[in-house]
Amino acid sequence: MNLTAEFQNLVRPIRRFWSDLFAPLRRAWARQPRPARWAIGAIGIALLYLLPVINPPIITTEPGVNFSSVLGGTIVLYVLVALGLNVVIGMAGMLDLGYAGFYAVGAYVCGVLTSKHASWPWIASLPVAVLVTMLAGVILGSPTLRLRGDYLAIVTLGFGEIIRIVAKNVDWLGAAEGISNIKRPVFDQWEFDVINTDPYYWLYLTITIGVVFLLRRLVNSRVGRAWTAIREDEDAAELMGVPTFKFKLLAFAIGAAIGGLAGVLFAGKNGLIYPTTFDIQLSILFLAAVVLGGSGSITGAIVGGVLVSYLPERFRFLKESRYFWFGIVLVFIMVFRPQGLIGSRRRRRELAEPQDQPDFPGVAGSDLAEAVEPHEGGTRHA
Amino acid sequence: MPERLMALDHVTMRFGGVTALDDVSFHIDTGEILGLIGPNGAGKTTCFNVVTGVYEATAGDVHFDGRSLKGLKRYQITKRGIARTFQNIRLFPEMTALENVMVGGDAHHRAGALAAMLHLPVYRREQAAGTARARELLEFMGIADRGDDLARNLPYGYQRRLEIARALATGPKLLCLDEPAAGFNPAEKQQLMELIRTIRAQGYTVLLIEHDMSLVMNVTDRIVVLDFGRKIAEGSPAEIQSDPAVIAAYLGAPDEEVA
Repeated sequence: MNLTAEFQNLVRPIRRFWSDLFAPLRRAWARQPRPARWAIGAIGIALLYLLPVINPPIITTEPGVNFSSVLGGTIVLYVLVALGLNVVIGMAGMLDLGYAGFYAVGAYVCGVLTSKHASWPWIASLPVAVLVTMLAGVILGSPTLRLRGDYLAIVTLGFGEIIRIVAKNVDWLGAAEGISNIKRPVFDQWEFDVINTDPYYWLYLTITIGVVFLLRRLVNSRVGRAWTAIREDEDAAELMGVPTFKFKLLAFAIGAAIGGLAGVLFAGKNGLIYPTTFDIQLSILFLAAVVLGGSGSITGAIVGGVLVSYLPERFRFLKESRYFWFGIVLVFIMVFRPQGLIGSRRRRRELAEPQDQPDFPGVAGSDLAEAVEPHEGGTRHA
Repeated sequence: MPERLMALDHVTMRFGGVTALDDVSFHIDTGEILGLIGPNGAGKTTCFNVVTGVYEATAGDVHFDGRSLKGLKRYQITKRGIARTFQNIRLFPEMTALENVMVGGDAHHRAGALAAMLHLPVYRREQAAGTARARELLEFMGIADRGDDLARNLPYGYQRRLEIARALATGPKLLCLDEPAAGFNPAEKQQLMELIRTIRAQGYTVLLIEHDMSLVMNVTDRIVVLDFGRKIAEGSPAEIQSDPAVIAAYLGAPDEEVA
């Protein structure tokens, strides 16, 4: 069984569901003249910034939880994480099961540089942390991404755990107690403190908008096209001139860097980090964010990130356990994939989607009996 | 004197005990339309896969444009100038028709992530040129009206044509078409035949695998016939039609040794 392929089979219907659902909206948006789009976008962004000030009823998480703190300390971080993981999973079609590892690396670099072993300002630790996580991504990716199959999924799964266990056992990293007194962001007269959390939200939102801006440019470029092509059909992509390894590594490094960035923001807001935060459940929650959003589009990642972070805070009384949300994921699976995850190959063949029939079965790993031109005399797939 | 574009030199391809190609040699000249035919399982697609780097030949060599293709990665072979379509359509279903073609065009683009994020001049230039070229190719293939639709939503005939457009976008010297007429009705086949001629007239060289005999006989300059992985005949369509070995291979000749 190929886990990565099965995973993509799982998310494909969800992706298509969202894509078809919003297709009319997207077309309407594209039809608007440029100034109108700018105006709507500007108003939307302004509203986003004003969210903690307006504190809109029904939407707000109060009185249970401080809304501004949820916005800046949770939602924005999850959106950022979903954006980064979406590059790897949604766009390039790889499977990363240890994304919390990169998040942890970012947070720990920030902790080490601003509190544990140096006292850099928070902002100075940010670029270093991003570079370190990117490097970690490249080191992890360069041997594994050359291979097809589930190597990346296995390696990232291990990576996430190794990071957590190392952080827990190495005194230099604070061991089980973690790192406290991490520096908060400071910008002139802006007060970043526990009581007034609005500045965090505004700063983090600005960073996230910057990331979205850059990602959008990437998606619309040769890089984004190469990623999607690889996700859709890696063999065909390579035969159309896409250097697949290079672009997969790029996606993985960019995804890692964004995860690290989110980790730094997390550390700066929390002031305290400890290893148990970065467990495998967190990785799976990140994964759920990407899957729920439909994995593949930037909007989808944002929606998914908001969903998994906002809803538990809004419906605090339901937040007995995160498994509730996995229940929702399961419902999604049942709706879109009632045939289940495994044992679906024959069904898919019956549905006879053209892209599911390998042109070179020897590479795809089918049996040799088929290796010489499996099916000739074209069948018509409408 | 025609210029030799590609030559297969004693190519053998084995999968375990199965010999898919057995010492096959043929060549294709610049500007030619060469047909590659043979019964089911003759090794035609395997031949394409060796040429485009999907398989590495067990023995023998492929020369393209004067140089060996040995050791090249698939995308490097594409950059050298060999593009292909697939017997079973293999588009990128979740991308629009235009984007599918642009992926092909990107084969020769250099703008990387940084250039794209900063909208550097090299990115703007390539993006504009790539989009224009892709639109042109959609127009040329007669599918421009659905250019912004997702590939998966296109009708079958459009998908087949889109594959050719995508292959042409890589700027190939040699275009390999793997049963482009599969599933077409006679009228569509006629159109395709015209199209292949037009493609050649534009300076491309075409290697064509096709099952439809009338199409192959009408459109190709020369034909190579494979059977059980071996080349059993090579010549003009007229010669092939009267070749006893070919007739035997297609109609079956129980006691006759075909070599």
